[in-house]
Order: sequence, then C-alpha cells, then structure tokens
Amino acid sequence: MTDSTITTQVVVLGGGPGGYPAAFKAADLGLDVTLVDMEKNPGGVCLYRGCIPSKALLHVAKVLNEAKEASELGINFGEPTIDLNQLRNFKDKVVTQLTGGVGLLSRQRKVRFVQGRGEFVDNRTLAVTQGDGSTLQITFEYAIVATGSRPTVIPAFDLGSERIMDSTSALTLPDIPETMLVVGGGYIGLELGTVYAALGSKVTVVEMLPRLLSTGDEDLVQVLARQLETRFEKIMVNTQVLGMEEVAEGIRVRFRSPQGDPFEQVFDRILISVGRKPNSAGLGLETLGVAVDNKGFIPVDAQRRTNVSNIFAVGDVAGEPMLAHKATREGHVAAEAIAGHPTAFDPQAIPAVVFTDPEVAWCGLTEMGAEAQKRPVRVARFPWGASGRATTLGRSDGMTKLVIDSVNERVLGVGIVGTNAGELISEGVLAVEMGATVADLELTIHPHPTLSETVMESAESVYGQSTHVYKRK
Amino acid sequence: MTTDYKLPELGENIVKATIVGVLVGVGDEVTMGQGVLEVETDKAVIEVPSELAGTVSAVHVREGQEIEIGQLLLTIEESGTTAQPVAAPAKPAAEPVAKADDAPTPPPASESKPAAAPEPVQPAPPPASESTPVSEGELVAAAPSVRRFARELGVDVNDVKGTGPYGRVTMDDVKTHVRVGASSAAPRSTAQPAAESAGEMTKWGPVEREKMSNVRRATARTMGQAWSTIPMVTQFDRADITDLEQMRKQYGPRAEAAGGKLTPTAIILKVIGAALKRFPKFNASIDLEREEIIYKHYVHVGVAVDTDRGLLVPVIRDVDKKNVITLSAELNAIAQKARDRKLSLDEMQGAGFSISNLGGIGGTNFTPLVSGSEVAILGVARGSTEPVWMDGQFQPRLMMPLSLTYDHRLIDGADGARFLRWVCEALEKPFVLMLEG
Ligand SMILES: Cc1cc2nc3c(=O)[nH]c(=O)nc-3n(C[C@H](O)[C@H](O)[C@H](O)COP(=O)(O)OP(=O)(O)OC[C@H]3O[C@@H](n4cnc5c(N)ncnc54)[C@H](O)[C@@H]3O)c2cc1C
Repeated sequence: MTDSTITTQVVVLGGGPGGYPAAFKAADLGLDVTLVDMEKNPGGVCLYRGCIPSKALLHVAKVLNEAKEASELGINFGEPTIDLNQLRNFKDKVVTQLTGGVGLLSRQRKVRFVQGRGEFVDNRTLAVTQGDGSTLQITFEYAIVATGSRPTVIPAFDLGSERIMDSTSALTLPDIPETMLVVGGGYIGLELGTVYAALGSKVTVVEMLPRLLSTGDEDLVQVLARQLETRFEKIMVNTQVLGMEEVAEGIRVRFRSPQGDPFEQVFDRILISVGRKPNSAGLGLETLGVAVDNKGFIPVDAQRRTNVSNIFAVGDVAGEPMLAHKATREGHVAAEAIAGHPTAFDPQAIPAVVFTDPEVAWCGLTEMGAEAQKRPVRVARFPWGASGRATTLGRSDGMTKLVIDSVNERVLGVGIVGTNAGELISEGVLAVEMGATVADLELTIHPHPTLSETVMESAESVYGQSTHVYKRK
Repeated sequence: MTTDYKLPELGENIVKATIVGVLVGVGDEVTMGQGVLEVETDKAVIEVPSELAGTVSAVHVREGQEIEIGQLLLTIEESGTTAQPVAAPAKPAAEPVAKADDAPTPPPASESKPAAAPEPVQPAPPPASESTPVSEGELVAAAPSVRRFARELGVDVNDVKGTGPYGRVTMDDVKTHVRVGASSAAPRSTAQPAAESAGEMTKWGPVEREKMSNVRRATARTMGQAWSTIPMVTQFDRADITDLEQMRKQYGPRAEAAGGKLTPTAIILKVIGAALKRFPKFNASIDLEREEIIYKHYVHVGVAVDTDRGLLVPVIRDVDKKNVITLSAELNAIAQKARDRKLSLDEMQGAGFSISNLGGIGGTNFTPLVSGSEVAILGVARGSTEPVWMDGQFQPRLMMPLSLTYDHRLIDGADGARFLRWVCEALEKPFVLMLEG
C-alpha cells in the first residue's frame, strides 16, 4: 500500500466517450496525458453498460422480429429457442472486444491509463484510490472531468429487490421475465422494453406525461407508438406510479389512471428508466471551487472550461443532451483548447436517435421547438408509403420531415421515423451544419432505391410536387 | 476666479475624441500649455494642452469617456491673471448639462471582474486558449469548416457578411471580412492570436506584461492597417553623396546662424519637395470608392521622429517653397516639439509623402511602410564609403542607401525607379534641382 506520485500535463477523469477521445486528442496534439477510470479499460457507460450492449441486444431483437415477420413473406422459421447464456456471451464479447480495443489504442498513443477512483485534492492534484487500496497522487496542469452519469434512483421504488432493475442490471439479462413493467417512456426504457418484448416478455410501459419520447416531434413518435402497441402488452400514458411492494409472485405496483383512479398490477420485473443524473458529487469539486448547478451539471464555456481556468468538463457531467457523440466532440474541443488551439463547441445540430423498431431520429430544430420559439417555419413531410425501398423492405411505417426557415429556405431541422432512421439522419445533420437550403437537398442526386431518397423527395415537395406523392392542388 | 476649461478644437474634421488618459487631478497646479488630457481621435493620440494656468478645482471627465469639442473638461482656479470683471457667473447656467449617463457610469467592464468562485489553492496555469461564451441560438449559415476558419482568424462568424445563397458565409467571405475589417474601425479580431500565444510562452520562461502606450496603440493600428490594406513594393537605390557631404560641412555654419542644423534630412527634404512637383503621382491619394486619383496642389512632407514615446511623424508644410536653411530650422523646431510632447494633431496631419531617416542609427537599408492616405515613403539608411568604379578605377565614394516604398495600386515599378533615380541624381548633382526642380 505504498503511495506514489506521478506528474502529467493533462489528467482526464473518466474514460467514457467524452473522456477517452479527449485523452487521445490531447495525446495526438503532443501533450502528456493520464486517463483515470474505475474500469479495467476505457469505454465508460457507453461501451460497458449503455450504447453498445443495448445495441447488441437490439440487433438480436431485430433478428427475432424479422424472423417472425417473415411468415408474411411465406417463410416460417417456427418458434425460436433462446439460449440466454450464449446471448449474454455474444453481448459480453462485443463489450470486451470494443473496450479492449480502446485500451490498446490508448497504449498505442502512450496515454497513461490508471485504474481507480479519482478525487481532486486541489487544482493541481488528483488522488486516485486503486484496487489494492493504495493511493496514487497525480500532479497535473490541466484536468478534464468526464465522469458521466448514472441512472436516477427514485427512493420510494428502491426496495432492494432483485426484481427491480435499472438499465445496467437489465443489460445483464438475468432472465426473460414473463411480465415486465418499464417505468418511464424515454429512449432507454423503450429500447430495453423492445429487447425484452422480442425475447418474449409481456412488456408494459408507464409514462406520467401525455406521450412517449416527449422531446421528439409528436408525428414522428406516433409512427413508433403504433408499432410498439403491437409489440408491447400495453402503453399507459398520463399514468403515475404511486408505489411498489414486493409480494410472493413479484412486484405489486400501484398506479393512478389518467382519470385519477388507483389500480394495481403485479409484474415479474420492473425496469426503472426515469432519466440519468450527472456524476459530479464526491469528486472534490467543492475544494477546487468548480461550480455545479442545481441539477448537478458542471457549467462550462464554449471551450468546455469550468469556472476554474485549468479545469474542463465534458460529456454527461457537463450538461444535456446526455449523448455519447456530444461527449466525444466536447472531449475533442477541450483537448484542443488545452493545446492552445482556437476552438469552440458550436454544433448547429446534435442528432438524437432512438434505436427502437422503427427507429426515430432527429436533429436541429424540431417542429415543437419552432412552435415554442414562435418561429415561422415550413414543414415538409414525406410518408414512406411512397418510398419504393421501404415497400421492398415491407416497412412502409415511416416518415421523413424537414423543418425549413420560411424566409430563406435554410434547412433548420430534420426528423425521421422508420427503419434505419439512425443511419439516415446524418445527411440531415450535415445539411443543418452546412447551412444547406431545401434546394441543395432537392438537387442532390440520391441513389435509387434507398430510404435516403425520402430526404430528397421531402425537399421536392416543398416546391410543389414530389415525384412519388401527388398532392391535389 | 474659477474658469471652465472646455475641449478646444483639435483639428480639422474632428468633433469627437475618446479620453485615454486624464493627466491632472483636483488640486494639481497646471501651467499654460501643459498637457491635461490624452485623447484618441480616429487619427492619432494627442495631448490636450491647458490654455489656462492655475489650480484644478474639478475634473468633469474620466478615462474611456467619449467627449465632444466644447465639452466641459476641468474647472480651474486661475492664478496670476488679472481678474476679468464679468467672466464666471453667467456661464455655468447656460452650460449644457452633461448627459445623464455620462456621470456615474462604473469603470469599463474589462477592469472589474465579477467575483469568482473560491480562489483555487494554487495558481492555475495560464488559460490554454481564449474563453468564449457558449453561443446561444443559431449561427449564421456557415459550414463547420468555415466556422473553424473564422475562429482561427479570431473572427466572429456572425459578424461576417455572407455572399452565398441566402447569405451563407463562405471561406472567401471570412477572408474579405478580415481584409476590410482591418481597414475599418476596431477589428476586435486582430488582437487575439498574440494574446493566446502569451499563455503558451510561460511554458518557456517567465514573461511580463506592460500596457501599451497610447502612441504604441495608434502605431499598432495604423501599421496593421497599412500592412493589410496596401499592396506595397519597395525599391532600393544608392546616391553618391561625396560632393554633397563636402558642401554640407562647408555651409553648415550658415544654417546654424539661422537656427537650424544642416542635416542630411533637411537636404533630402528639399530634394523630395522638388521631386514631388516633378512626379505628382507620388504626392497623390487613391479614392477607390469613386475610382479617382486625388492630386494635391501642395507639398507637405511628414518626417518620422524617434521619441521616447515611440514614433511620431510631424509634417513640414510647403516644402517646395522653402529653402534648405528654412527647412532645417523648421525641422529642428518641430522635432524638438515632438520630443517635448508638444505636437498638436494638426502638426501631424496633411502629409502627402513621408521620409524616414534611420541613417543616424545605422543599417544598410530597410523597407518603410506607406500609411494613411499617402502612396509613397522614402527610407534613408546610413551612408558609407565604398569603392565605386569611376573613370576607369575604383574610387572611395560616400554612398547613401535609399529605399522607396510605394502603393502599387497607383504607382508602377517603372515610375518608382524613375522617381528614386531622380532623387539620387539630385543628391549627387544638386545642380539638377536648379535645372529641373
Ligand atoms: C442503456 C443506455 C443506452 C444508451 N444508448 C445511447 C446511444 O444509443 N447513443 C448515445 O449517444 N448515447 C447513449 N447512451 C448515453 C451514453 O452512454 C452517455 O451519453 C455517454 O456514455 C456519456 O459519456 P461520458 O464520457 O460523459 O460518461 P460515461 O460514459 O458515463 O463515462 C464516465 C466514466 O467515468 C468513470 N468515473 C466516474 N467517476 C469516476 C471517478 N471518481 N474516478 C474514476 N472514474 C470515474 C465511470 O466509471 C465511467 O467509466 C446510453 C446510455 C444508457 C444507459
């Protein structure tokens, strides 16, 4: 248990998609970098218990669903058998492979990786408690805080029962419960609900607000909601969870219906997915004088610098939207700022993707956002029923829409619901970032037959008719 | 008896100025002609001399404030003047009241930093790159690459006028903005890069920061403008001044009797006066907006003077109408004035051409910069005795290196060469002046 000291130019606390790209960029820019994380390898929530394992499982769900839907094409696979162990292994292998890869990249870049829990002593020193209980003192010039976030816990539902899960435990796939309640209709709840439903659980979703995915435009979410209604047992909006208790058969949940009537139901398992909280406590930020707002986020400037000039913060801990790709860009900006480059975090669009089936994706200004700002916009919609490609896939349940400045025709936002929406949205992000106009999208030739044509055709419809939709004049 | 002292005329076309320094305080004794304020106009930083003598009983202005001609500056308890019967009482009432927001404004924001969070235990390393606020709302339409390019040049992309479809900002727009911005007032951009690298410098050793003097600021601005807006060419030549030097020594005492000193600058000034009459383009200005060339029917020449405050360029007027002795006396007087900080703004304006003589210090040659509305400047370096092939053999001759920088938009290379050659010949054979000057 000998204490030791190392000196580094930049220390990055937290090895998630904010932290490790920051460390890599700083190293690429010639700085001496130390990366600290509690896990064996960098990767963070995203690689260990977030984006990656959830997408691995969603791929499995997709395979299952498509096999089932194949019966409509005259192909019957019969009832699938599921080997949970092998399924877990697949998912774990994906995680091990990717986190191991990031660890290797870190060594190749000569980024010093320290496994342990870090806490700031002052604005030049980080103390890391390592696995064997020893403390490593890291003396630094600059620090980047990238400690991410964790699931929000509601004390009243925290019964200490194994049956009550958060996203982390749900991803471990303890079993395939007969019935499952998802508390919270945000993207994490819907994604994991989709996984369990595909595996055979009867999934019920409860949401306090009037609709699912309340930050996305209603017309897009509606297309998803219609699909989910066929896959899930039940979707209850405007419904509140009053309490839970563990009983012999499972967890008995008390609800209040939209009309205000209480009712009860028992579930085998519960997934609590009611949001995430930034990890800003217990890091010694108070002793540094780093400000933290009332939600626990660390306020930063455009270079992602906190109020203490040599301390930066990126990723979930630095504010919404809590998404991996936003964290990564922020990490790059912070590293560039430390290296003295003129840089700023100034995105015009940060894409959001919900990897359900169908997927929902949007970027830039939403129609809802425009209404809230009372900003005059034109909205062009293209229903996938008119897309040849969607029809060949048997997936006409989709829509592509553009939110356009009604004066100068600049594309301000793009929203897509449909299979592969997550891949399609990037064109929209590029359009918004480039300040593209509707004409730019209309006149760019898109390959046929692809789903991407829906972007071009929605642009055509702004000027009157799109080829595959006839609007009566 | 107390008298109000108001901002006097500062010069042609100047109605406003910004105070960069208040040089006196309540209770200070001031003498006639003593500088009481330093003000910056769009042309230069100048000292405002007191036209009264006495004790300052009130100061009505402060640093950073914009003032107008006629605005109340000081109240002075006059001494040693014979009391004028009906002076004071009538005035104050009629005085325009200072604008309400002039008086109690706090000092400029940059000086007072809001109280920060608890001081960090140890001094932080210098901020790595400049902090900018999180941009709110939507930016002007510009690709991410263009936004980064603008940032690298220290330009706020929202300030750039876009020429792309529906106002989209292109790389070229950013470049144009920088070029034009440098010539219009206060480009907030140009100061940035240096400020950033200063943070880096501490890596290599201790550094120290000093506020720029007013003259330095004005120089930095005009030179920056000149460099970035005028396409300049410099040509070199040498004048054989062996004979001229002899004459200068011979006639030196005559000039001294007239209160001057027969310096090479005085002689060059005379030659330039004649050259500008012969080559009027070098005494012209360009009006790009109207696509016209402005020829001046007067010959005023600026002469760069090195002072302890930095470079000042007083102007000698009607150079073509004065003889060398008069010019040398005037040069002497005005250079002294510059060093004593007594130059008025008027005395630094109106030149159509400038001379910078560094020969007294040394150097084999240099490339001076054309600035303001001028289109050419002559640089003079130190003369030295060199072997020159003459009459079939090498002879020791005193050669003076000259350089001519000119605005290539107006003056072609051949014009420049002809002008400079003519100046050299006039210095070599002063008789040319009588013939052609
Ligand atoms: C189920 C789920 C699915 C998701 N799906 C997506 C998706 O599809 N797309 C997407 O963009 N985002 C997704 N997210 C969100 C995404 O995971 C986060 O936005 C992202 O991981 C944030 O990155 P970060 O670098 O800020 O922090 P994190 O990834 O949270 O990493 C923080 C790291 O810091 C470490 N750490 C914290 N405190 C300390 C300390 N004191 N000492 C040492 N180490 C410390 C943690 O162990 C962790 O490894 C998902 C999240 C979940 C939970």
